[in-house]
Amino acid sequence: MGLQRRSFLKLLGATGLTLAIGETTHASSPNIEEDAEFNGILYDSTRCVGCRTCEYECATAHQLPEPSDKIAAVRKTDETCNTVVNTFQTEKGEVYVKRQCMHCNEPACAAACLTKAMHKTKSGPVTWDGDKCMGCRYCMVSCPFDSPKFEYHSANPKIQKCDMCAERMKTEKSPACVFNCPNDALKYGKRRDLIKEARRRIYEKPELYVDHIYGEHEAGGTGWLYLSPVPFEQLGMNTSLQQSSYPELTKGFLYSVPSVFVLVPTLLLGIHQATKNNHLNQEEEDEK
Amino acid sequence: MKNNTQTLNLPNDQSTWRFLLSEMKPRGKFLTPFNIISIPIILLGLGLIIIRFIKGIGSITNLTQDTPWGLWIGFDVVTGVAFAGGAYVITFMVYILNLKNYHSIVRVTVLNGFLAYVFYAGALLLDLGRPWHVINPVIGNSFGTSSVLFLVAWHFLLYMVAELIEFSPAIAEWLGAKRARKILSGMTLAAVIFGITLSTLHQSGLGALFLMAKGKIHPLWYSEFIPIMFFVSSTFAGLSMVIFEGSISHKVFSDQISEKNHHAQNGIIHKLSKICAGAMFAYFFLQLLVFIHEQHWGLLTTGMGYWYLLEMIGFVLIPMILFIISYRTFNITLTRVAAVMTMIGVILNRLNVAVIGFKWEMAIRYVPSWMEFIVTLAVIFTEIWIFRWVITRMPVLRDSPSWVNKNE
Ligand code: SF4
Ligand code: SF4
Ligand code: SF4
Repeated sequence: MGLQRRSFLKLLGATGLTLAIGETTHASSPNIEEDAEFNGILYDSTRCVGCRTCEYECATAHQLPEPSDKIAAVRKTDETCNTVVNTFQTEKGEVYVKRQCMHCNEPACAAACLTKAMHKTKSGPVTWDGDKCMGCRYCMVSCPFDSPKFEYHSANPKIQKCDMCAERMKTEKSPACVFNCPNDALKYGKRRDLIKEARRRIYEKPELYVDHIYGEHEAGGTGWLYLSPVPFEQLGMNTSLQQSSYPELTKGFLYSVPSVFVLVPTLLLGIHQATKNNHLNQEEEDEK
Repeated sequence: MKNNTQTLNLPNDQSTWRFLLSEMKPRGKFLTPFNIISIPIILLGLGLIIIRFIKGIGSITNLTQDTPWGLWIGFDVVTGVAFAGGAYVITFMVYILNLKNYHSIVRVTVLNGFLAYVFYAGALLLDLGRPWHVINPVIGNSFGTSSVLFLVAWHFLLYMVAELIEFSPAIAEWLGAKRARKILSGMTLAAVIFGITLSTLHQSGLGALFLMAKGKIHPLWYSEFIPIMFFVSSTFAGLSMVIFEGSISHKVFSDQISEKNHHAQNGIIHKLSKICAGAMFAYFFLQLLVFIHEQHWGLLTTGMGYWYLLEMIGFVLIPMILFIISYRTFNITLTRVAAVMTMIGVILNRLNVAVIGFKWEMAIRYVPSWMEFIVTLAVIFTEIWIFRWVITRMPVLRDSPSWVNKNE
């Protein structure tokens, strides 16, 4: 029986290892060179006129209900709308801000997803796959921008968020919101080029912009980049996000898994052997 | 009634079925207070679950886009699994440290742990929007290996298997399957080692789930050390559950328990109180270190700060002191009080991380709907029903049948 036990242990060890090693190799981040080639969108709020054309076009492109005309103070995206434009009263007058999923370089949502339904595509968009998603909503818990939204009132609920028009991009050259913006507030392109363009705009008109490209470093860098005439906290943007990527936060834990799988069983077996005599003593005591 | 199972030899298939059927029938009085309360709640819960699957999760829960996880995850899964931690601690003491004094409570603890995983982790299915895809990360259709949740889900599954193996000798004894029992009990040590390893990882993994929610969880509860905190606190959470459950079982199922084990029980509780106190001391110390390290003094005078102090002092420090006093004075009642307080503390802690401290600044806070509570209660009651069914049939609390070799 001793033999049986040992081979069983070996088997267990092997299973544990595969599982564990699988985890580490996949936990590594997408490499940096690749991220420079991601596509993104630059949003310049000084050019935005708050017409909300993008909201309507986005809804049409995604077969979502037409955006409501009621303008609440600060609206949020939800399961029926992927993007909203809000108005803020600032020291420089009215400023508009468009919000949607940021398409992070290293998305927390994708790292969180246990089915890889949330996925950063090679070209940049972070997309959702309904054939994989099990609706756990861990992506919502993890996303630093609270972008994924869930259909709570459906028996077959979907996760909704901006997908950078992944479907449309198969045939068109730019996303619906970018294409239809009447005032050139949106620009689609390679993320690297967009950052250069944003820098140029700030450099040429320093009095117009604050010297900050929101999304260049936030949450480890995002696909959407923002320019603004006022500090971003005045526009309801979260400026206390960490500069490194969010999946980084769980890496330490995931990396420790393989060593735990090797060390703990060895340790336990060792203690078991060492305390065997103890067991005999105890039995005698019991028998008394 | 109990003894017929012990000599049964299962001559052919037919009698096995007849035996199983007869074991399915309810025993004892039907209209007990527990039944009267639990049956309507379980039925109501079932009804609500049906509504939930027809009309969506939002139809019976108060979950919103801002609070995607509520009572079902925060309490059923995150807290329930912490309480199930007793199984790995006790198996560690009995099979690894060879402390045979605790042998009489191994089976009931493992059973409790196993059922907790089946039901509380099973409650996770209710919370999944698209549960039919739960199979994806299991069959390898789509492995999200960089996900902590993937790790936790897999560990749940594997750990259930490990606990089933640990418990299986009791099933074999119930069925009178002597050969099977021999093989199964030979696998116990391997299952225990595997199970403890898994537990270390997924108890802490449940904490690690929240690491990416940085900035959304109140800073008094968020730190990079959540996984360690969850792991350390799962030890005394589990042991407090063992004390609590043991005290109740020994009253309710007193006819099952041999004279010898009945006497041993108080001794076991007494010793567990010391272990609890030690683990809680370590936990409290860790929390204190993190608190000082993060320099959150200013937060203490806010509402959440008082809430934090209540948890840390009222339900960690004080029960810890009570455990010490009860150990010194051999006061079993006091140990039980301390165990209950500790359990409240663990519930508070898990809910504070997962629900209460999550988006604490929002104007409209998530409060579970009454229907979420009913479903949670229904899950717990169903678990107790199964637990009771097993206890009254299999040799869990009572001694193994005489054919079992004692020195194995
Ligand atoms: S903003 Fe949120 S949902 Fe969008 S890519 Fe980043 S983490 Fe994912
Ligand atoms: S809800 Fe779906 S997309 Fe989001 S983490 Fe869960 S499985 Fe992935
Ligand atoms: S990129 Fe497409 S999905 Fe995203 S906001 Fe614009 S139109 Fe909507």
